[in-house]
Formats: sequence, structure tokens, C-alpha cells
Amino acid sequence: MLRDQDRIFTNLYGEQSPWIDGARARGDWSNTKDLILLGREAIVDGIKKSGLRGRGGAGFPTGMKWSFMPKQSEGPTYLVVNADESEPGTCKDREILRHEPHKLVEGCVVAAAGMGCTAGYIFIRGEFVREGQALERAVAEAYEAGYLGKDCCGSGMSFDLYVHRGAGAYICGEETALLQALEGTKGQPRLKPPFPAMVGLYGRPTTINNVESIAVTPTILRRGPEWFAGIGRPNNTGTKIFCISGHVNRPCTVEEQLGIPLKELLEKHCGGVRGGWNNLLAVIPGGSSVPLLPKSICDDVLMDFDSLRAVTSGLGTAGVIVMDKSTDVVKAIARLSKFYMHESCGQCTPCREGTGWLWRMMERMVKGECRLEDIDLLQDVTKQIEGHTICALGDAAAWPVQGLIRHFRPELERRIREQGEARRLAA
Amino acid sequence: MPKLTVDGVEVEVPVGSTVLQACEAAGREIPIFCFHPRLNIAGSCRMCLVEMEKSPKPVASCAMPAADGMVIKTDTPLVHKARRGVLEFLLINHPLDCPICDQGGECDLQDITLFYGPDQSRYTENKRPVVDKYLGPLVSTHMTRCIHCTRCIRFLDEVAGVEELGAVQRGEHMEITNWIEASLTSELQGNIIDLCPVGALNSKPYEYKARTWELRKTESIDVSDAVGSNIRVDARGNEVMRIVPRLHEGINEEWLSDKGRFLYDGLKKRRLDRPMVRRDGQLQPADWRIALDAAAARLKGTAPERIGFVIGDLVDAETMVLVRELAARIGTPNVDCRQDGSRLGYGPRASWLFNSTIEGIERADAFLLVGTNPRHEAAVLNARIRKRSRQIPMPVGRIGAAGIDLTYEVQDLGAGVQTLSDLLAGGIGFAKELRAAQNPMVILGSGATARADGLAVLDLAMRVADEFGAISEGWNGFNVLHHAASRVAGLDLGLVPGQGGGLDVAGMLAGGVDVLFLIGADELDLSGLSPDVHVIYQGHHGDRSAPRADVILPGAAWTEKHGTYVNTEGRPQRAKLAVMPPGEAREDWKILRALSDVLGVTVKLDTLGAVRARLAELAPFLATPDVIVPAAWERAAGPGDLGFDRAPFVSPITEYYQTNAIARASGVMAECTKLRLAEHSIKATGTHG
Repeated sequence: MLRDQDRIFTNLYGEQSPWIDGARARGDWSNTKDLILLGREAIVDGIKKSGLRGRGGAGFPTGMKWSFMPKQSEGPTYLVVNADESEPGTCKDREILRHEPHKLVEGCVVAAAGMGCTAGYIFIRGEFVREGQALERAVAEAYEAGYLGKDCCGSGMSFDLYVHRGAGAYICGEETALLQALEGTKGQPRLKPPFPAMVGLYGRPTTINNVESIAVTPTILRRGPEWFAGIGRPNNTGTKIFCISGHVNRPCTVEEQLGIPLKELLEKHCGGVRGGWNNLLAVIPGGSSVPLLPKSICDDVLMDFDSLRAVTSGLGTAGVIVMDKSTDVVKAIARLSKFYMHESCGQCTPCREGTGWLWRMMERMVKGECRLEDIDLLQDVTKQIEGHTICALGDAAAWPVQGLIRHFRPELERRIREQGEARRLAA
Repeated sequence: MPKLTVDGVEVEVPVGSTVLQACEAAGREIPIFCFHPRLNIAGSCRMCLVEMEKSPKPVASCAMPAADGMVIKTDTPLVHKARRGVLEFLLINHPLDCPICDQGGECDLQDITLFYGPDQSRYTENKRPVVDKYLGPLVSTHMTRCIHCTRCIRFLDEVAGVEELGAVQRGEHMEITNWIEASLTSELQGNIIDLCPVGALNSKPYEYKARTWELRKTESIDVSDAVGSNIRVDARGNEVMRIVPRLHEGINEEWLSDKGRFLYDGLKKRRLDRPMVRRDGQLQPADWRIALDAAAARLKGTAPERIGFVIGDLVDAETMVLVRELAARIGTPNVDCRQDGSRLGYGPRASWLFNSTIEGIERADAFLLVGTNPRHEAAVLNARIRKRSRQIPMPVGRIGAAGIDLTYEVQDLGAGVQTLSDLLAGGIGFAKELRAAQNPMVILGSGATARADGLAVLDLAMRVADEFGAISEGWNGFNVLHHAASRVAGLDLGLVPGQGGGLDVAGMLAGGVDVLFLIGADELDLSGLSPDVHVIYQGHHGDRSAPRADVILPGAAWTEKHGTYVNTEGRPQRAKLAVMPPGEAREDWKILRALSDVLGVTVKLDTLGAVRARLAELAPFLATPDVIVPAAWERAAGPGDLGFDRAPFVSPITEYYQTNAIARASGVMAECTKLRLAEHSIKATGTHG
């Protein structure tokens, strides 16, 4: 369990002021100039050494991502922060934006120093009205204090930071769709290659990071990469904000070390599963787009990237959705399928056509109004979507259904049989 | 040059190629829907997925740049499964209406499904219906069939330069639409019909008229402008059913202007299908013998210098050879192929050709447009200029009517000849940009040459070309843009009143002749013609001139004869006979050949081959089809002190869809015109409530 002195987000619950005085009291902006003056290589090396992996879902090493930015570039290069937090079950960035906006702003300055970015954009989800206001105030405070602008923190670095509001499309959380939306066009993912590090926002080299990944970087550099690397498990280091929702006694957002056992996470911080651990049915460990885990796996699984991948799920955004035995698990996944159908951008074929098909079949599965072979058809359709799309939304639509079939096939079959039985009796 | 392995075959492809091109180089066919070599890459249909070593997922070959050492596999279970999956997704919401779909038989989705698709549907839900959209009188829509490849959007944005289509909504509700219901405004919109890989966008005039496999396909040349776009005329029986473009990289790539594509319904209307002779003030049907006798009697009874020949815009070179021979034997110097009053045709051949060639546009880096509106005079050529302007930033200056949207950025320098001479003197800022260019291009339109001071303007423009470095080793940047398909052949054959002191068109109409022989000449104002002038009209449409005629000799339209057309570059091309002329109408050169017999001045050219041999004698540079013989650069001798007209240059085309007799007979073109005028009047009176 994470010790209190190792917490990065010490105002996660808004007990102190989120504004610049409060932030300074918590140590933010204390020696930002020194961090900037470490220079590009030292900053990137530090992040690499810390083992920080992207907190947006894919878990790509942040330091390596930063190192992809061209060392020399004529003209502007950009840092883009993805604050379009729309993954169902996830609310970590929201808390940062509300209560720790200065951690993010300072992180942007440090990241810009690490990559030589000339400007930064924070793309914030449209529904985050208050959070957007908080962030804008924090940016304004930072400008006023001289932390942003022509001469950031007196270091001589010039860096401007802008807050851009999205219009509430889930797909705009995909990094290249986000760039499209930032440029003012329809939010549809771009083809890769070219990768944003070469051709990104306005055709310039761009790095896109999650809010949490950026917000932890100043603390990492301040306290040393070794400190961060010492928390958690090898290759899954540091702290992570978990958002636990659903059938637990006290749903909460909490910062914990990576690799904490799921059971410990639920029992220590959330007062346990409603009705006791044995009443647990399943857990979606990383936001709606990863496959769910049945109780048998939940008993001893560790919450980190590699452990969850080993059980064919994923850490994702660490939005833990807990379902007890009162849940209609098929209906729950059908609802997720509807979400992905609604949020598919429509650009590429498998996702555009496949997500609707999935949802319609799932709706019939809920009632058992199909044939047993349709379970295999459903599985086949998810396989036809997975890996064939431009962005990862296709995979995200396919995985929850695959997880359901993998772990709850008997439940699906039971419903189909009962429905068939009922029909025969009625006839 | 990257070297890759495709299915075990090693191929080397040029830098910048995609994996798709590499696969094709290796002889592998990759199914595609959204990819089109002339449009930006969308990569959205996912049909072209191939397996790439070291990539966990299949990659979209159309979008993946080819790199050294890649190992590509196109024939593995993974690839087949991906293709079958994508096709199944495309088909679940695609209606099964192939039997009534116009695209049937030439549909990419049909073909690819046959090769790669599932043979049965596993989809038991309801299919998605989509409301059809109104895109104007040329393109019909069946949006339920749309597979969202976005080729139409990309074509209009990138090639045509009008952002009038887009995709609205998300996911399976995504629709291609123009949002505000209105007709498309591009002159190239018909091309989206060809681009559509399914039957979502169809030709409205052709809709439900024929099946593709019933059509007899004949290669031909477009005559609606002087670009000489390569076309294919599809006919059934003796009826032209549709016209589609053919590939010619040097001219039209694979595009075709709307006028060229849709004017064919005019071929069936207002046709002159039997000879006529005026008796008692009325044109009355006659047979060929009587009509030829009537014409010959009048010609014989008139002094040669009182006879005039005017050649129209759609006339083929073979006919013009006969006109030349006949006029020479009659002994009249009054022959003119320039109905619009252009002054070109004297001096070196380079002074009436598009010397850079159309392909050369892609080497140019600065443009000066003088008295021309290429968007209407040569829509396909204008698309080339736009293409170039998207490749590199380059200045385009225009002297002439301002404010016309050419689909690329244009600096308006001035209205008339004064600006041109100021430019030559270096008096305006554009001179610097023009001088800085490596391959500057001057395009002189007929708005600048079809006027009294046309030769002086020509001379000035040629001096500008010389002065600003448009003429250099391997580059001739002086270009004349014609809009009449017959014009260059006419000038090359010397069908202008020349040293003999003949009359030009204006002179003939002003009472200089007693017998006026019009060969397809319909762009003349005959209202001022003296009633005593005897008019012989040979042509295919009862258009503007035929009602004034005293004798009508019915000829063949361009689809009904073998003809040579020389485009504005000086490129001779042959149009082939696709259907027979209607009724008693005959091929034009044969009519003149017969008339020469009746006149007793027999022109001994009895076969098409003989006529073409004579053409090659008269104009050796027109001997080989599709070969441009470059014209040597030399400045025409100064025209002497003609003085300049201060009036602004005006493009000769006021109504794009109505520029020739066939288009004026076409109902489709009339509807387009009506819509354009309506739109225009709304714009003009926007505040009248």
C-alpha cells in the first residue's frame, strides 16, 4: 500500500486550495526553473529512468515517446495534453483538473522543456465545464506569475499554453482525432504513419500525453526518478490514480501504487464489495474498453499493465468497475456495445458497420432471442473488427464482448436455452 | 529506392511509393475501394489490408509508405480473413438491388465480392436506409448503397476545388451530403459518378436507360472545348447512351468536363436529317440531288470573290481539307475558320498553340492569364492548373474580368491591354514574381485575341513571354487557349483570309459576299445579313444559322463520323464513328466531295484515307495521331500601328453549358443553365426579400 509521503496528488480530494497559493504550499512551482534548466536530455532520461508509462490506457513508456520528438526542427513543435477523459468508469483526470490544475500546468512546462516544444494545447472534454474553468484560472495564474509565456520561470524558455474545449465526442480522446478536432475539422483519427511525432498538429512534430502522465512529471524529476521507480513492480512503476465505481461500499478515486492486488484495492479503499467478496461477479479493471474479469481471476490479480495483460485484460485507464451478483452482466456489456456504436466516428468500415451489428446482437443476447451458433457469430464479428481499424476504438468495441464470451458463455447459453424453452411452451 | 519482398518476390519501387504500389509492381492485385491514385489517401475502407512482417496487425497497404526491407504477404489466411470480414461489413448495410442498379456490371463492390467475399450473409438484423440527396440535374443519388469511401468528397475538395460535399453524423449514421440542398456547382461534377465504386452516385440522364453490357463502346474525342479530352462513346443501336472519359495522362488524365459528358442528349434533338431547299420563302424537304443542284447553281452563278466560307467550331479536319480544296478550285479567297472574330492564324504556328502542352502545366511555377476564364473555356485544363497550385505555392496573375472563381488563388492585375503593357514595362508588382519564376506560363485566351486589336495584343503577349523568361531551352511558356474544337486544325490548314486579300467573317457578314457557305457555323449573328445573300448551311443541328439558310445540306455530328480534331496543344486525335448519322445526313467531307462534282470542279479525294493523306501533305505536323510536333518559337512580325482598344478583355463564354449547337439542343444542358441563372439571380438580388 502506498505510503502517504509517496503520494503525488496530495490534494486529490480538494481539501486544500487548488489555486496557486495552495499549489505552492504543496511544493508545485518550487524549483521549476531548475527542472527546465536540466535540459532536454536530462529530463527525457529522468522520465525514462523512472519507468513512467502513459496513463491514458495504452501504457506506452512516456520517456521513450518524448525521445521521438525531432532534436532539431525549424519552426514550432507542439505538446498536446489529452484531457478528453470520456472512458466510461474513469474519472482520474477530472480530479486533477479540479483540484490539482497547477500540477498539470507545471507538467506542461517541464514536458515542453524536455521536448523543446514551443506551445502547448490542453484539449479538455466539453462536458468538463467547471474543470475547464479551473484549468483556465490555473493557466492565467501561471501566466501572471511568469511561469508561462516568453520567459518561463525566468529560465529563458518561451512556452505558451492554451486550453481548448472539445465538444464531447469520445473519439476525440484518440490522439490523432484529437489533433483533427483541435485543427477545427471533424474528429476522425488519422492514419499512422506518419506518426504525430513527425507530422502532428498543423503538420508539425507533436507529442500527445494524458493529463496524469504530464501531471506527475515535475514530481518525478523533483524527487528523483529512482524514487518513482522504487514504487510498484518492475516495468510497472510508480503511483496511479484508480477510480473505483459500481458495487462497492464506498466508490472512490484514490492514488495507489501500481501492482496493488485488486482485492486489497477494493477492501482497503472502498470498504469492500457490496455484500462481501463472495458476492462479487466480475470486474472491469481498466475502463469500459478492456475485457472484464470474473471473480476467480479477481481473487489474486495485481493491478498493473503486465499482470492484467497476462489475464487477457488490461489496466487501461484504471477505471475499475465492480459488478456484484445482482448485475445482469450481459445487459451491462450490451450497454457498452451501444456506447461504442454511438461513439464510432464512421470513418473506417469495420468499426462503422461492425459496432452496430454487435450492439444489435448483444440486445438479442440479453433476452436470449438467438441461436446458440450466434455466440460464435458474435465472437467472429468481434474478431473481424479487432485489429482491422484505423484507431483503437474498434478494438475497444470488440474486447468487452470477447471478455463476456470468454468468461460468461454458460450464462449466454442458459438464456438462449431458456428463451427457446419458453417459446416451445408457448407454442 | 526501397527494396521490398512481396509474397517472396523482390521488388524495387520509387521513393515515396506505398506498399500498395509495391504489391502491384510485384504483380499482386489488391482490392481497394477508397483509394484512388489521383486523390489523397483516406485509408478508411480497410479493403487493402495486407500482412507485414513485424506488425502484429494487418496494415492498410494504400497508406503505408514502402520502406526498405519490408516483407509483405498478400496471400495468407490472415489477409483473406481480413478481406472477407471487411466485405461482409460493407455488404450488411448495402442493398441487394444489383439487378436494378445502374452500376451493375461495372461495380467494384460486385467484382471484389465475387473474388474475395462471402457467398452468404450472416446478417439477420434490419438494413440501414439512407435518404437520397439532391445534387442537381446531373448526379443522381442512391445513398443506401453508399459505402462511405469519401472519393466524391475528396474529388470535389481536391480536384474540382468546390467544397460542396461532406460527411455528417458519426458511426453508422454517417452520411455523405451537401447539407444544404442545392445543385453542385462544379463543371467537373460528373466525374464523381465514375469515381463512386458503387451505385450510390449515378448519372441522372443515363439512369435506368441501359445496362453496361449492352453498350457498344467507341473511342472518341470530346469536342465541347478545345482540350480534346479522350472519351468513350457508349451506344446501343443507333443511339448514344452515355459518354465517359478515357485515360490520357497528357490531356484529361481521367476526368471529363460536364458539358462533354452530358451534352449527348442534344444529338437526338433538332437534327437536320434531310436536305432542304427554300421555296416560296419556306424551307422545304428535298432530296440530295435537288439540294446539291440548288447550291451549285447559286455558287456557279456568283463571282468567286463574292462567295464566302465560314467554318464552325465542331468541324473535323477532314472536312476542312475539302473546304480548302473546294474554295481553291472555285477561286475564292474568302475562307475563315474563326467565327468569333479572332485575329490569330498569321505568322508562326507557335502563335496559336498551347506550346507548353497541358502536361507542361505541372512544370510551370507562375501563371499569367490574359483574357481567359479557363474554368469555363477548358474545365479540365483548369483542374490541371489547380493541381499545380496545390503542389507548390505559385503566383497566378489575371488580366481580364476580375472576381471569377477559378478554384485557386488569383491576383487580379487589371482588366485590359493597358495592364499588359504596364506589366511589360515592369510597372506592376506582379512583374517581379513572374521574373522570379523558373518556368513562367502565359495563357492567352480568345477574350484577348477575338477583337480588332487582337494581333497587337498577341504581339504584346509574346513580348511579355520573351521578356519574362517564358521562352528558354526546353521550355516554351507561351500558350494560346482556344475553346473551339476545330480551331487549331483550321489555322494549321490556313483557313483564314490571307495574302489574297480575302474577307474575314465580319467582312463577309457586312455585305462582302452574295453567297455565304456556312459549315456548322452557328455562333454568328446573321440578323444584320442582307436578305439578298444566299446562305448555304451544312451542318447537323437546326440551331442559330439553319433558319436563315436557303439550302440545307445535313451533315454528321462528331459521333457519327471518323474525324480528326486538333486540340489547343496542336495534338491531332481521331474520333471514331460510334453511330450512323440520322436520316439522310452524310459525313461532311463526302457532301463537299459530291458538291465539287456537281460544280464541275471535282476534288479528287475519294476515300477517307485520301483525305487524310492530303491533310498530312497540307499540314505535315498533323500526320500522326496523338503526337504533338512542337512549333518553333519566333515572334510574329509586328502588326504595324494598329492602335489598342481600351476596352477590357471579356471571356467569350458567357454561359458555360450553351457553347455549341449540340449543347443548345440538349435538355440536360438547358436545365443546368436554368439552375445556374436562377442561382445567379438570387445572388444578384440577395437583399430584395
